[in-house]
Amino acid sequence: MPKKVISGNYAAAYATKHARVEVVAAYPITPQTSIIEKIAEFIANGEVENLEYVPVESEHSAMAACIGASATGARTFTATSAQGLALMHEMLHWAAGARLPVVMVDVNRAMAPPWSVWDDQTDSLAQRDTGWLQFYAENNQEVYDGVLMAFKIGEHEKVNLPVMIIESAFILSHTYDVVDMLEQEEVDEFLPPRKPLYSLTDFDNPFSIGALGTPADYYEFRYKIAKAMEEAKKIIKEVGKEFGEKFGRDYSQMIELYKTDDADIVFMGMGSLMGTVKEAVDILRSEGYKVGAAKVRWFRPFPREELYELAKSVQGIAVLDRNFSFGQEGILFNEAKGILYNTDAKPIMKNYIVGLGGRDLTVNDVRKIANNMKKIIEKGELDKEIDWYHLKR
Amino acid sequence: MAESPFKADIEKVQKEYGEKMTPGAIVYIPGSSVVNKTGGWRVFMPKFDKDKCIRCFMCYTLCPEPAIYLDEESYPVFDYDYCKGCGICANECPTKAIEMVRETK
Ligand code: SF4
Ligand code: SF4
Repeated sequence: MPKKVISGNYAAAYATKHARVEVVAAYPITPQTSIIEKIAEFIANGEVENLEYVPVESEHSAMAACIGASATGARTFTATSAQGLALMHEMLHWAAGARLPVVMVDVNRAMAPPWSVWDDQTDSLAQRDTGWLQFYAENNQEVYDGVLMAFKIGEHEKVNLPVMIIESAFILSHTYDVVDMLEQEEVDEFLPPRKPLYSLTDFDNPFSIGALGTPADYYEFRYKIAKAMEEAKKIIKEVGKEFGEKFGRDYSQMIELYKTDDADIVFMGMGSLMGTVKEAVDILRSEGYKVGAAKVRWFRPFPREELYELAKSVQGIAVLDRNFSFGQEGILFNEAKGILYNTDAKPIMKNYIVGLGGRDLTVNDVRKIANNMKKIIEKGELDKEIDWYHLKR
Repeated sequence: MAESPFKADIEKVQKEYGEKMTPGAIVYIPGSSVVNKTGGWRVFMPKFDKDKCIRCFMCYTLCPEPAIYLDEESYPVFDYDYCKGCGICANECPTKAIEMVRETK
């Protein structure tokens, strides 16, 4: 298989090429720009056939164009970051409601003000209720694999929902790493052409989209999406398993567990920071700590059952949130705690707010968090529930 | 009253479409919104006085629904299945041949 040393953004661009994407509509924004630049380069070099690139005047228009293109049955892709994603917000609901499997890469970037171009998950998590599936990549390889799987999962006849693949600003988007890419024939076999639910080019069977849903019907349409999301969990595991069997990288777990079997304390989080955490787990284990890591790959649909199984077996979960919901707490913490409330799994859970706006989380930080968790577990009570860990005092 | 020109459409939609809900709220039968009888929204209904009517077609032209058809003699006919009671026809009628009255039943 062709290995290349490329950035996370190039990994995303190559994945769209190998997925034979037919329409791309996008508006440039740092740090997403080099994804769509690379795609434009593919077109300029004649490396891709049958790819329509639609330059637009805003992200709202980009998503609107993607929705139109996807409604014709085309395999459709876009990418954005932060303020651009926020501008798309209305249209995100549209893509999901119309059941169009658009795939988007969101390069996690902190929301302004103050202006920042660095890593922070609040932009994508603020879109959690739009009906998009969300996958958080840990490294460039997962960006590439994630985009390929996103098309297969989103386009599945039981799903038909849009999928967001999320990577960290700069830490992945602009950092070069080895990515093991697939041969075109392998991708073609894994990802056949899309079979759309409906197509605007089906002139023999005309139809309308964007219909009115009165109080008598709207409720059922929402239920259909809820059911498809639930169904998506099964499809994610199936596709993740198939990917592993075919290409050696298994994605059948929606929460990747790292050395959690005999762990007392588990660090839970999403995205690139989990790479550091896994490294820290290895070092801490060599120092005698019984720690493990749980990387939440899929935030939507949320793997409730997998979280429950993990929570049953550990004493404490330190949830590392590179995001914050003002007036509440870290978003992953909020969700995980809520899911466990009606179960018999009651580990001690503490929320560490880390890395906002690209601040580094180091191995030493993870050690400090482990020490803090150890103390809490020994005492049997929390010192505080939400810890603004890096705060300059 | 003249029969609704939508009658055949309504029957077709009800037969082929029924209560079926498509993912994405896709509507496969053109004109199927006729099954949604908006007359139920009405509070005031237009009452027509044929003697005052000069057949100017203002009401027919301006009814937004449209819920006004013309009979063989080109007099307006009101389709109360779809008339929402907006009152535009009564407001625009130059001879006050249409009066909005509160529906009692
Ligand atoms: S009241 Fe409004 S909807 Fe009804 S016939 Fe007159 S113009 Fe049409
Ligand atoms: S607007 Fe009045 S006068 Fe003109 S056609 Fe209608 S009812 Fe008759």
